[in-house]
Amino acid sequence: MSENAAKTENYLNVKHTVASWLFTVDHKRIGVMYLATILLFFFLGGVAAVLFRIELMTPTEMFMASETYNRLFTMHGITMIFFFLIPSIPAVLGNFLLPIMLGARDLAFPRLNLASWYVFTFGGLLGLGAIIFGGVDTGWTFYTPYSSTYANSNVILAALGIFVSGFASIMTGLNFIVTIHKMRAPGLTWFRLPLFVWAHYATSIIIVLGTPVIAITILLVAVERIFSVGIFDPALGGDPVLFQHLFWFYSHPAVYIMILPGMGVVSEIIACFSRKRIFGYHIVAMSSLAIAILGFFVWGHHMFVSSQSMYAGMIFSILSFLVAIPSAIKVFNWVATLYGGSIKLDTPMLYALGFIGLFTIGGLTGLFLATMAVNVHVHDTYFIVAHFHYVMVGGMVMAFFGGLHFWWPKITGKLFPEMLGRITAIIIFIGFNLTFFPQFIVGYLGMPRRYHVYPEEFQLLHVMSTGGAAVLALGYMLMGVYLLYSLILGPKASSNPWKAAGLEWTTPSPPPTENFLEPPVVKHEAYAYTEEDTYRDDAETKGDTHG
Amino acid sequence: MADGQSHLAHHFDSMEQQRESSSLGMWLFLAQEVMFFGGLFVAYAIYRFKYPEAFAVASGYLSVGWGAFNTVVLICSSLTMALAVRAAQLGDKKKIIQYIVATMLLACVFLGVKGVEYTEKYHHDLVPGPAFQYVPDFDAYTVPVTAETAHPNFAGHVQLFYSFYFVMTGMHALHMVIGLGLMIWLIVKALRGRFSREYYAPVEMTGLYWHFVDIVWIFLFPLLYLVWRH
Repeated sequence: MSENAAKTENYLNVKHTVASWLFTVDHKRIGVMYLATILLFFFLGGVAAVLFRIELMTPTEMFMASETYNRLFTMHGITMIFFFLIPSIPAVLGNFLLPIMLGARDLAFPRLNLASWYVFTFGGLLGLGAIIFGGVDTGWTFYTPYSSTYANSNVILAALGIFVSGFASIMTGLNFIVTIHKMRAPGLTWFRLPLFVWAHYATSIIIVLGTPVIAITILLVAVERIFSVGIFDPALGGDPVLFQHLFWFYSHPAVYIMILPGMGVVSEIIACFSRKRIFGYHIVAMSSLAIAILGFFVWGHHMFVSSQSMYAGMIFSILSFLVAIPSAIKVFNWVATLYGGSIKLDTPMLYALGFIGLFTIGGLTGLFLATMAVNVHVHDTYFIVAHFHYVMVGGMVMAFFGGLHFWWPKITGKLFPEMLGRITAIIIFIGFNLTFFPQFIVGYLGMPRRYHVYPEEFQLLHVMSTGGAAVLALGYMLMGVYLLYSLILGPKASSNPWKAAGLEWTTPSPPPTENFLEPPVVKHEAYAYTEEDTYRDDAETKGDTHG
Repeated sequence: MADGQSHLAHHFDSMEQQRESSSLGMWLFLAQEVMFFGGLFVAYAIYRFKYPEAFAVASGYLSVGWGAFNTVVLICSSLTMALAVRAAQLGDKKKIIQYIVATMLLACVFLGVKGVEYTEKYHHDLVPGPAFQYVPDFDAYTVPVTAETAHPNFAGHVQLFYSFYFVMTGMHALHMVIGLGLMIWLIVKALRGRFSREYYAPVEMTGLYWHFVDIVWIFLFPLLYLVWRH
């Protein structure tokens, strides 16, 4: 009996008190805590989006004034980017999976990891405070001198929230790099690492080198506001364009902080559901690093119309085109992996395929925007909004939910209803395209972003977009419902319900506190899928045969 | 004594792995610190390039004597810190504490001098903000009449220098205060006999941090105090 109890003890049931969660140093529990926290912010950002999408159904003011509208899109941007997308995959799935994929018992600095959750939550509360006290209307980019001189004082609170939560990112990134370098299991060489780990390695480098720059920039804005000195204020000789340089020096690489982990997730899912070794493993791994490095030299493409010299613009344009190479390498290699594979269209795979298509559209329109002449035409229009959402929602959010479904049995030990999962994935895909594809058109036709009153001829496209947002919201809610349902009533998952090859699938679901019952020794790479090892989708293999 | 073994955290396999991890972690932390101060240095460089005369004039109001004195103090504190690390490697508990206390004293001297300098700037209305006042009465440096110095907002540009002076030295001082906190923690650990020849990583890591803080000052001193002497 006692032997039996020891067998089923895992990280979730080892202790049940609230304190055992709040003071845990277990990376798996911290990942789960992060999941709950960022989903709250995802919900808040989503509510803001739904509200202003409803307003945008009519060309005239419907139920909110311009100021409210400005605050809502700012709230949407800040919560989604800084409090949802940036921590989404790294702090949740990365936190949970990275040590397991490495065969380690925990991250290198478990207490630092817990501290990062507290710091993040504190930063998030400051951001929430800014919203509760009436909101900020600067847009998520906080451009000076508007943010530093004219906007309301909630800017300070929101800026501090971002400043503080940035440290949480740095802690996570630093922890990941050290863990990947120093804590790999015996036999786990660099080129046996899952691509998920490579993607997180590249992401962590950007986090560690980029985030401090936004920290100091935001600090300078706060100093300027609090002491009324003129660091970015032209009246005192300051240079508002310098703010843009410093801001984008972080915030462009931050886009790769948001997309690279998603690419890592997609690599895992594509390989598993094609039953094939990932095509071009080495170059896919290296392309993550290439994106991380190139990403630091393209920030000027946000500033083609900000009085930047033409020659600087040309260089930034060329460098931005270069980022397309490693990105395309990934897309082509994923497609090559699919080729000839025994493809199974399960829920995670639907999200991964959605990612490939939507990211490709998002990435290719990125090339339009990197072209200076086209950029001037579509600058600050809905075209940008659509491009960004194709990469961030069509890319990262799809990958996040794909990954969440893929590892849901591992994290919770429960299976979600597969058919509902597939239907939801399709609803989300349709809703997404209906929301954002019309925005490419309306933007190309000249509709500027950040306006809630617009010429009547754009109404049809805006109504389509709002309708899509409703479908999208429905999809997300449906997902929330069945995932919660599976937590309580879902059937138990076996240790490897997808018959996947990674190290994380060799340990029970959910894993024990120390991750493995016996310290693993790695003898082959993470994608050891073979012909005989075909995938079977019957309840018998999926359910927990060990009782 | 299995003293070293007891310091092995559960998720590491060996002391060596643990030490290498904390060392790599510290270097990464310092890398992000370089980027943090780097942002400030870039902004400083851009404005200095834009307003060279204003920066030279403003810099002339800083006391080179105090700055140089503080530079010497900080370099000495790096030496005592290095000696503390050496003492830790040799497992000499008494000397660890002595050298750390010496480092802390030097750090306090530095911060004290900084306080004197800040007060002086306050009395001369050189603290940026609405109360800032630039009275051109500085004779150590003759201000040439150029398009830049004749600009109606020349005082604003002088103030910009002081914005950077306070943010940069303030951030540096904040790092020193954090360092002092770390050293108090080290003393407590040392008094409890936690350090040994096998386990002294906290002393070593604090040492790395302290040398970094020192190096930042080595850059700040010429950029802020010696601009007008070039």
